[in-house]
Amino acid sequence: MTINLSTTSSNPALVLEARGLRCVRGERELFTNLHLRVASGNCLHVRGENGVGKTSLLRLLTGLSKPESGEVLWGDQSITLDPIAYHRELLFLGHRDALKEDLTALENLQMYAALDSVPLSQEKALATLSQFSLRGRENLPVNCLSAGQKRRILMARMLTRQAKLWILDEPFNALDVQAVHELQNLITEHLFAGGLVVLTSHQEVSISNVQVLEL
Amino acid sequence: MNQVNNSSFSNNRLVNWFSLSSPSTFYPVAGKLIPVFWVLAAGFGLAGLWVSFFVAPVDAVQGQGYRIIFIHVPASWMSMFLYLVMAAWAGLGLVFNTRLSAMMAQALAPVGAWMAFLSLWTGALWGKPMWGAWWVWDARLTSELILLFLYLGFIALQASIDNRRRADKAGAILALVGVVNVPIIYFSVKWWNTLHQGASVSLTKAPAMAQTMLWGMLLMALCFWMYSIAVGLMRVRAIILEREAHTDWVRQLIEVKS
Amino acid sequence: MRALLAIIHRDLLLVMRRKSEVLTALFFFVVVTSLFPLGIGADAALLRKIAPGVIWVAALLSTLLGLHRMFAADYQDGALEQLALSPQPMVLLVAGKIIAHWIVCGLPLVLLAPVIGIQFDLDASSLYVLMGTLLLGTPVLSLLGSIGAALTLGVRGGSVLMSLLILPLYIPVLIFGAGAVYANSVGLDTSGHFSLLGALLILALAFVPWVSAAAVKIAIE
Repeated sequence: MTINLSTTSSNPALVLEARGLRCVRGERELFTNLHLRVASGNCLHVRGENGVGKTSLLRLLTGLSKPESGEVLWGDQSITLDPIAYHRELLFLGHRDALKEDLTALENLQMYAALDSVPLSQEKALATLSQFSLRGRENLPVNCLSAGQKRRILMARMLTRQAKLWILDEPFNALDVQAVHELQNLITEHLFAGGLVVLTSHQEVSISNVQVLEL
Repeated sequence: MNQVNNSSFSNNRLVNWFSLSSPSTFYPVAGKLIPVFWVLAAGFGLAGLWVSFFVAPVDAVQGQGYRIIFIHVPASWMSMFLYLVMAAWAGLGLVFNTRLSAMMAQALAPVGAWMAFLSLWTGALWGKPMWGAWWVWDARLTSELILLFLYLGFIALQASIDNRRRADKAGAILALVGVVNVPIIYFSVKWWNTLHQGASVSLTKAPAMAQTMLWGMLLMALCFWMYSIAVGLMRVRAIILEREAHTDWVRQLIEVKS
Repeated sequence: MRALLAIIHRDLLLVMRRKSEVLTALFFFVVVTSLFPLGIGADAALLRKIAPGVIWVAALLSTLLGLHRMFAADYQDGALEQLALSPQPMVLLVAGKIIAHWIVCGLPLVLLAPVIGIQFDLDASSLYVLMGTLLLGTPVLSLLGSIGAALTLGVRGGSVLMSLLILPLYIPVLIFGAGAVYANSVGLDTSGHFSLLGALLILALAFVPWVSAAAVKIAIE
């Protein structure tokens, strides 16, 4: 199966491509000979039933797993050649929140900024958190927050991270209607600025420029 | 549209100079080799036992009982040799991402562990009549015990990880770390032994070796080696059947169909 | 370098929020060493003789207790994946975690050991030697332990399995460490022991972070 997305992209160098991917989990072959291409400003929505390999595909695209055969290319270069450069441009959100429960929202944001080598002043961090309705809760330990609020911290991270490629696994889970809108806006703005998004979701994604890949 | 030709891209598996790297081609070849190695093992074994019982002279100090070294020493040699071989296969499997190499390591581990256990057991059987103690903490026996722990750790690790590929790779790392550590451990145990040396009984202090004794041990070592290869090949065939059970060629096999 | 400090800062901050975990490992160290006189008898000469071994074995076991903390929590909440996907070399992040683990689990042992040594009636120079060997040895324990912790991430019965895997590797450190204290107490020279411990530390620093980073990547694949 082949997916090729190219509209008027603002940065032609930003292309995520996969060629001939073959994925085996345990003894089952999930998919074989998978090709896809996502260019700047485009969003790929991966759909399929549970267990068909959506998460596995996303993990292959991040480089966390290695495919049985085939390769993933970023900007026409295999991601295995310079993983650190690829990681700089990549933001991955998986099923789990990856927030440290004992740290506050602010500390989590700052910790990730330090690890991602992204300059983030305290003012900017606080401003971003209040933008996502977390004003007044920045200094609470994360285990005091609701699931939706935790996801908002992740949205704050998405905004401050300045990554070009977002790979999101079920990002709309556990979000209320308003948060879903906010996330969709966030994604739309990111695409408009020339970013790329690959996501999985059971729901319909109302974002323009979405192409669908059915596994 | 980017229709890309799949075959022009590299596989993860290196196209290597082993023509037998695929389980499906290796399986029948191994099957044919197994009887050969059993015969060799039997041959060397008979020769070795004959030498050890009838040709090697009676030891002036230790009498007939010393003859157990003809099992004990070759078993220790094999246990150490097999650990190296197992680590080598595991390392190859890690570097070249070949399943069969990892299966070989998995197959050899219990054989090596058994050799280590045999060495310890025969060491105890030797020690009791000779020096009155079932166990002495000399450098070699203690290192052998630690080697047994390393084997058991490898087997336990592979047994507890459900994902086979992850088990292969984790085991490989453990085996390689073990290989680097075995000389360090042996050296430190020797050091410890000399530091705390109480009674100077030592199973490593062999009496002046008569030529025939050496021949006996060499023949028994070869016997164990052939035995290990035979058993290793049998195990790896069983492992192949188990792990490749979902493939077509396994389902076509006569053994599986019946 | 900043990333190294960032990860150490993060791990230490997390420990500060959950102090009880760390303190229990230290209490374990004290309790275990106290068990031996209770089991063997309070003869001062005997205690002096077994002290190096007992204290060192207790240090090994306490380190083992604290090892699962190195990666398990991050593995379970997905933070380990994020670390693997950050634009930092994984080796650096793993090294930072090992350093943080040592600060939390190893360094307190070094500071606490003389107190235990006094309980076992060790003389002053032996106490110094004890601290010195633990100072050199506990980093090696943290380093080697990280391999076991990484290999057994998410595995059933992981902690016990980890102990089985790591304890054989700890044996050289135990032998040289306890051996140095014993040698000192009978008046022998300890420079050989210290140089060997130093060599082990350098070897471990040079190789283990790479091995552990590889093991972590295998675990999160």
